[in-house]
Amino acid sequence: MSMISGLLDYLRGNEKKTAAVAKERLQIILAHERAGRGSASPDYLPALQEELMAVIAKYIHVDRDSFKVQLGRHDQYDVLELNITLPDKSNGR
Amino acid sequence: MALQVKCATSFFFKVVNVAKVIVVTSGKGGVGKTTTSASFSTGLAMRGNRTVVIDFDVGLRNLDLIMGCERRVVYDIINVINGEASLNQALIKDKNCDNLYVLPASQTRDKEALKLEGVGKILDELKESFDFIVCDSPAGIESGAFNAMYYADEALVVTNPEVSSVRDSDRILGILAAKSKRAVDGAEPVKEHLLVTRYDPKRVNSGEMLSVADIQEILRIPLLGVIPESQMVLQASNSGTPAIHLEKSDVAEAYRDVVGRFMGEALPMRFTTEKAGFFKRLLGGN
Ligand SMILES: Nc1ncnc2c1ncn2[C@@H]1O[C@H](COP(=O)(O)OP(=O)(O)OP(=O)(O)O)[C@@H](O)[C@H]1O
Ligand SMILES: [Mg+2]
Repeated sequence: MSMISGLLDYLRGNEKKTAAVAKERLQIILAHERAGRGSASPDYLPALQEELMAVIAKYIHVDRDSFKVQLGRHDQYDVLELNITLPDKSNGR
Repeated sequence: MALQVKCATSFFFKVVNVAKVIVVTSGKGGVGKTTTSASFSTGLAMRGNRTVVIDFDVGLRNLDLIMGCERRVVYDIINVINGEASLNQALIKDKNCDNLYVLPASQTRDKEALKLEGVGKILDELKESFDFIVCDSPAGIESGAFNAMYYADEALVVTNPEVSSVRDSDRILGILAAKSKRAVDGAEPVKEHLLVTRYDPKRVNSGEMLSVADIQEILRIPLLGVIPESQMVLQASNSGTPAIHLEKSDVAEAYRDVVGRFMGEALPMRFTTEKAGFFKRLLGGN
């Protein structure tokens, strides 16, 4: 049994597994529903902040607290605001 | 940490401590809330915490059966709210644990009989004599579920590895964050814990079931534990014994781990990987 299903898995190798489909569908629908709940900040902000921070940390030493990603509105535009307080020149790179 | 007083009379003392209200919730029905409420409250009590578990499923009382105290139900939560019985009359002492009491739901068909204000009064009274108050929420997002979660300090969000359950959990998290008392008061938010139940590592490995990591990535709340799918749960409910009491069972151990982690112990996750079978090892697959 185990061998047969293993073989089937192998043959189906390129096909997308249903769990992966489920995950993708959930990510899409929940992003939508969370936005609809009028949460103050969109869904991707925490992840975006993490990734931006990782990139910036490669070049400049900044600590967590001096780093802020925010989404706001100015006139009719949504504005993504990135706020980094740089360290003093003396101890920076 | 909550104060631990083990003597039976402590029930009548007024002890200055900070009782915690924990809701076991999910949105979706049938995911394991009552199973979890029974085992979690039992686990807390087995560690010496004075614990009460409340059935909020008005009209569909079930916790009493899972706890095995159905024949001792005389009064229920609505009797207490209506002043027809005192809390002490309605509380049922668990048959196995000294520190554990059950407050049954009413079987009335009028679900609106339970009001938020009445629930608040009962919880305040219970806080004087208990360390932990576990609220077994009904399914859905209507008044019953809302009553159960409104006063919560912490929430166990019971989730099955399945699309509709994950979505409903997300919904519940949204309500906790926006409409719970803590949210309304602007207090520190309800502390959320993810509890994945009915997990089948074998199906996860073959790509047929969402993994714990997937669910965590989607819901983004800390993982408290993973309860495997097990036929033993039915046996536990058949006999009216919370699953955590089962001997030599993964489910019981998983629930004990959950309680340990909740109490602050750093326990590694177990039962999240497939027990390697002979052929699997032979083929080197996973
Ligand atoms: N880990 C598990 N393995 C196998 N079966 C389980 C497990 N946990 C719960 N079940 C079964 O799932 C069913 C639903 O469980 P339970 O009553 O605890 O869910 P619930 O969320 O309280 O349901 P409801 O929304 O109706 O209140 C029961 O038949 C129970 O035995
Ligand atoms: Mg239930």
